[in-house]
This record gives sequence, C-alpha cells and structure tokens, in this order.
Amino acid sequence: MLDTVVVIGTDGLIYAAWLFLIALGLSLIYGVLRVLNIAHGSFYALGAYGAASLIGLYGRQDLWLYGIYLMLPLAALAVGGTVGPLVERGVLRWMYAREPVYQLLATYALFLIFEDLVKLIWGVDPIYAYAPYTLLGEVSIGAITYPAYSLLLIGTAVVVGVLVGVFIRRSRTGRVVVAMIEDPEMSTALGVDVPRMSVLAFTLGTVLAALGGAMTAPMIAVMPGIGAEVIVLAFAVVVIGGLGSLEGAAIGALLIGLLRAATVHLIPVLELFVIYLVMALVLILRPRGLWGRLEIRRL
Amino acid sequence: MKVILETRGLTRYFGRVVAADDLSVRIGEGERVGIVGPNGAGKTTFLNLVTGYVAPERGTIWFMGRDITGLAPRAVTRLGIARTFQVPQLYPSLTVLENALLAWAAREGRIMDPWRPLRRTAWVAPAMGLLARFGLADDAERPTYTLPEGKRKLLDVALALALRPRLLLMDEPTSGVSVREKFPLMDTLMEALAPAGVTVLFVEHDMDVVLRYAQRVLVFQGGRVVADGDPRAVLPEVSIVPSGTGMP
Amino acid sequence: MNSRGILVGGLSFVGLGVMGFVLPQWTVFLLSLALARGLAALSVALLMRAGLVSFGQSLFFATGAYGAAFLIRLFGVREAVVLLVGAVVASMALAALAGLWIARYREIFFAMLSLAFTMILYGWLLKAYWITGGTDGMRIPPPTVLGVAWPIDRLRTVLYLVTLGCTGLALGLTHLFLEAPLGYAVRAVRDNEIRLEYLGSSVGQVVYWTYVLAAGLAGLGGVLMALNVGHVDPQLAYWTTAGEFVFITLLGGTESVLAPFLGAVLFEFFRTYALKYAPYTWQMALGGMMLLLVLFMPRGLWTLRHLRFRKAVS
Repeated sequence: MLDTVVVIGTDGLIYAAWLFLIALGLSLIYGVLRVLNIAHGSFYALGAYGAASLIGLYGRQDLWLYGIYLMLPLAALAVGGTVGPLVERGVLRWMYAREPVYQLLATYALFLIFEDLVKLIWGVDPIYAYAPYTLLGEVSIGAITYPAYSLLLIGTAVVVGVLVGVFIRRSRTGRVVVAMIEDPEMSTALGVDVPRMSVLAFTLGTVLAALGGAMTAPMIAVMPGIGAEVIVLAFAVVVIGGLGSLEGAAIGALLIGLLRAATVHLIPVLELFVIYLVMALVLILRPRGLWGRLEIRRL
Repeated sequence: MKVILETRGLTRYFGRVVAADDLSVRIGEGERVGIVGPNGAGKTTFLNLVTGYVAPERGTIWFMGRDITGLAPRAVTRLGIARTFQVPQLYPSLTVLENALLAWAAREGRIMDPWRPLRRTAWVAPAMGLLARFGLADDAERPTYTLPEGKRKLLDVALALALRPRLLLMDEPTSGVSVREKFPLMDTLMEALAPAGVTVLFVEHDMDVVLRYAQRVLVFQGGRVVADGDPRAVLPEVSIVPSGTGMP
Repeated sequence: MNSRGILVGGLSFVGLGVMGFVLPQWTVFLLSLALARGLAALSVALLMRAGLVSFGQSLFFATGAYGAAFLIRLFGVREAVVLLVGAVVASMALAALAGLWIARYREIFFAMLSLAFTMILYGWLLKAYWITGGTDGMRIPPPTVLGVAWPIDRLRTVLYLVTLGCTGLALGLTHLFLEAPLGYAVRAVRDNEIRLEYLGSSVGQVVYWTYVLAAGLAGLGGVLMALNVGHVDPQLAYWTTAGEFVFITLLGGTESVLAPFLGAVLFEFFRTYALKYAPYTWQMALGGMMLLLVLFMPRGLWTLRHLRFRKAVS
C-alpha cells in the first residue's frame, strides 16, 4: 500500500514537473497578451527537435561529457529567441485589437505551418537523442528504480518556477508584466511600452515552451505530432490552475500529475479521460481556475 | 391615477459609489416623465435596476402591482417594460426590416421558431407599418450598420415599441443628435408613442427637451431624487452642472 | 439564398448525382468523404454565425460514426437508414446534454470547453479498447440500403447517392432554419446579445438549440463517413480533426449553406494530390493561406465578416 503511494507520488511529481514546464509559457502568454496560443505546442516541438539536433552534434565532438546538458537550455534559447520575436512581431502584433477568436485561428494557422516546417527540416522519421537520459543512470526510490534524469526534470521545473517567480515579483520588468496581466488598460495609460513588453513576454513564453520540449527530447522518440498532444495537455493544466498565474500553473500541474499517476496505477482506463474531465469540470464550476485572477465571460 | 411602476428603497453600490440610494419613486400610468441629473447621478443605473440588468442590494421594484425585483431583463421585457439605450442597441449585420421583424417575432413569442420564415406576410406588413411610423420605411432593406445616428435612435425605439410595452424607458434619446434634429426626432417619437398609450420615462440631459415633452420631471443626484414635479416649476430652481454631450 | 440560388443548388445536386455514375470509383469515394466532412464544416459554420468557434465538432462527428458502429455491433442493425437516424439522434442527445453547460460560454472558453469535451471522448475511445477497439477502431461492414444488400461493385455508388441525398436534406433543413426567426436570432446573438435579451429572448436558449442542431449535422457527417470508409477509429475525435473542420469552414466561408461544401471538396482533393506530390508542405500552404485570410481579411471573405460584428458585452 505504502509502495503504491510512493510510486504514485513520485510518478505524479515527475509528470507534474513536465506539465509545469510545458504549461508555464502558455499561461504567461495568455496572462500578458490575452492570446491563447495554439502554436505553443509547435514551440515545444521545435525545442525538442532543436535539442535533439544539438545533442547529436555535441555527441559527435569530443567534448566534456556533461556539457551535453548545456545543449538543452541552449536549444530552448535558440528556438525561443528566434521564433518568439518573429511570431510576435510578424503575426500576433496585428491581432491584438481583434477578437479572441481571430487570434485563436491565427495561432492555429501557425501551428499548421510549423507542423510542416518541422517535417521539412527534420523529416518524418523519429529522432532519438537519449544520451542525456542514459548518462545519469538510475536511482532508487523506495522499491522502484527511476532514471535519474527524471529528478533532473523535477529540479529544472523547480528552478524555472523559482526563477520566473523571482523575475516577476522582484524585477521591475517582471512587475510590469504582472501589471499587464492584471490590468492591461491601466498599464497602457501608465506609459508602459506595450510593444516591447509584448515581445518580451511572448519570447519568454516561447523559450519556456521550447525548454519543455528540449528537456523532453532525451526521453522520447522525437517525431511529428508531439506538438499536437502537448497543446491540449498544456491547456488543461492552465485552465485548471488558472490562466495567467504562475502558482496556478504549478498547482494545476501537480494536481493533474498526481491524478494521472493515480489513475494509471489504479484505474488505467481513465487515464486520458480524467485530465480532460477535470478540465471540463473546472471550466464549468470555477472558470477562473483554482488560482486564477482573470474573469471569464459567461452569460 | 393608477401606479404602473413603483420602487421602494432601491439601493445599489458600485464599490464606493452610491448609484442608487434608497430610491422610492412612483410613476403613474400614462405619465411622461423626464429624468435629469448630472453624470453619475444614477439615472442609467435606475433604468438598469428597473429592467433587471443590475440587481439591487436592497429595495424592491413593483410593476403593475407585481414584484419584479431580481427578474432578468428578458423576464422584465416579457412583462411589458421595454427600453432603449444611450448607444442604440441594434443588429448591425441585419437589415433594418430584419431588425424590426425579429422584434415582431419576439412580440409574437415566436423567436424560437426554427422552421417557418421570418419574412412572412403576416409580419412584414405590420413591421413595415412600424418602420413607417418612425420614418424608416425607405430604409427597410439597408444593412443597419449604414444608418446615420438619428435613424439608429429611431430604430432603437421602434424595436422597443414593437414589443407592445406598457412602460417604455428611454436612455438619452437625443444624445449624439444635432441640436437642429432634436425636436423633430422627439416629435416623431412622441407621435409614434401617442396612440399606444404607453407610459414613458426618459433620461435626458437637454432641459429644453424635458420642458417640452415631459409633464413631470425627476431630478437625480448622488443616487437620490432631489426634486420631483412639473418641469416648468422644478427645473429653473435646480442648478445642475451641465454635463456636455452625455456620452458615457 | 433566393430562389435562383435554390435552383442552382438543385441543379448542382442533380448534376452531382449523375456524376456518381460517370466518374471513376475513387473520385466518387472522395466526393462522398468531402460531403461528409462538409456537413461537419457546416456545423462549424452554423456556430460561427453565433460568433462561436468550436474546436470540438469532432465530438459529434465521432459520436455519429461510433454510434453506427455500436448499433451494428450491439444490436445487429444492418440497414443504412436506421444507422443514419440512430447516429443523428445519438449526436443530438449528447449535444442536448453537453449543451446544458457549454452553451453558456463564449469565445475562448467555448472553444476550450468544446476541445476538452472532444478529448474526453477521444480518451475513452482509445482506452476502453474492449468496447471500442482502441487504436484499431471498429469495422463497419457493408450496410443494406433501403433493405437491399447491394453488390459490392454497386455499393460505392449507392452510398454516394445516399450521402448526396442526406447532404441535400440537411442543407434544405439548415436553409429553412436560417430563414426562420431562430436562424436570425443566431446571428443576433453574434451581433448584440443585450438587445436579444431585451427583446425578451434567452440568448442561452438560442445558443443551446443551435448547438444541438449543429451536433446533428456533424453526427450525420460522421455516420456517412463511417459508412463510406467502412471503419471508425479514435482519431475521429481528436482535436485536430475538429481543427480541420474549422479550417474547411474558413476556406469555404459561411455566407451560404453551400460554402462549407465547396471548402470541403477543395480540401479533400487538394489533400489527396498534395499528399502525393508535396507531403511536407501542403499543410503549411494551407496554414499560410489561413493566416493570410485571418490577418488581412480581404473584403468578401464572408466567414470573417460574420465575426466582425460581434459586440463586446461588458
């Protein structure tokens, strides 16, 4: 019994860390820019592919073994840093004044474009880059052995969460971001350089998405379609935790992570089912999310 | 005179702003009442409260002897209160006639009808008649978003009137209308309203309009009624800060 | 749509019917699929008239398809007409239930809730493999049509005609709907919810019934797809399927009831050729096209014009 609890807890924590990484960027972007970015999954995929390529490249040189882990944030920054501003300035900038449905359709169009872009650049065959994964070996928790990489994942999630939290709470730019989340009109009135902040916020979100992908790359077969799966999961986390809220993303991730771990071990048939069920329930009962600050339009 | 609308102790806050402060008002059937007051005095809030768009913190609202406090706008409308808006609320992508027909369908209780056409003979004739009373007959096939402001106001009232209300609330019918057109607009309105025997309450910023068309005026300030009576007697006494164009 | 439009539409249908005997089988097959998807796109278009974007019509598409599969598997039904009716009823019943919640939301939250619902079904279809067949899906054996067990070489044409007929019927009913007060009320919801409430109507009710009707259309599309393909799988409920429907609607427009079908036919044929000649770029091309449409909205792009009139309700 205790064993099951430990297993569920650890599994849940690992999954939650992963969810947190993929969802944080989405939540941030929605909070600041009020755009629900369907292409978020594409940034994740690009991060994964980018990391896979960099890992492959690095592995072929004869360099410091553990330097390979630097490829992960590097990929994230490279992808996020280029694609983010491009998308924001090139496409989203024109969409802010429009109704949300337009924005949704625009980001969906971007998603379609990126799906093919990935195939064009990397082909359709799966890519494997599990060096970082196997390098760390295994670790025992209770009676089960886990790959140590999973702990790295949790650590990364915590670090990222703390960093973003500090950035938002303490730094001046961060507080402007929060202000923009809470009251966009007031921010403009107070002279916030909205275009600059928008690019910044969006790029941050993109980098986070790409980081999620990069961290995941060593664990999976990187192939077309991973973006599509991730989007709905990210949505679910963000809706449950509350849009635009850092704590919300963490709470949502934890909740779903644990819930999924529990269902996988106890009632496997509910696994995929349960996440979206909770998402639907939250939308219906508490649309603001468990920790959210933004009001939902409802009649 | 029979009381058609009565509010008792109506109170509503928005944060720290007192929009309605213990409002107790009685409107008699068939009266033409003007509501005046500076911006923020609670005039539009009063209309919102009466029509159920906003709920009061305290107090009750009685319409034709029936407690309508807390009812939603659609229920209030079905009981016989209709309303127009400062910014005319129309269906911009539909034509003028289609707007009127929808209102007529609502009047007949047939909006939820999914089969028979909206443009049916039984309705087109009276809808056109309604438009004609407001001078809009020639604009029937125009998309509503092309209408000039004055006609939009008229259409707004026409839609409200289509519902055969016992009580009509108008929120600044002449705001945004040029000085030259105010009186002709009100003339058209009042003429169209006359045969219907409707009780009319209208919020106005233009004192001349109130003097000319209302038999009674309620002066609002800070959520309360500070004066109530014949406009010719009341208005010169009360000093009201002019409020510009009356735009929200 | 005026009487001339109806005449044109009617002639087109007759023409399409004749083509069923003239064109090669694979073309007829594609046309059938296009029509089925067109119905789903029509359902998206209907909701768009109310100002709502649904990323979840795949829910009803899949319900229609699997509904037929279950009718066959559990009740031994073989007649196409029964399957069609059953699937549509199942979809509308589901919508009647789901609508109780979803019809109260707008914009992004409507879209997300619709997405969540369809993913719930997807999850169940995938995991409950002992009933649903999991990733393998379920097979749809050739049905009897109007009581006749048609020989295989004729069946494709017969199914095409059935599809065409159902589509025509659905189009006709939808057209009637759109010309009726409720059909106009749908547009009124998009234009001005306040005004509708102040006419004494319930916006929620209008949206609810539109949602149910749209579900019926999507469900019909789903069962027709299932009958033509002979197979159903969970992918039908995946959100990207719903995304395809949205895309088709944008391609074709919502101005007339025929528009989504134009989009669907274009899409179907484009995709078939593209998969052969430009497998890695056709989605990008379509996505790029869609982006341009959304960004620049050239006049005369009917679909988006409908979304333009949405008044923000505070």
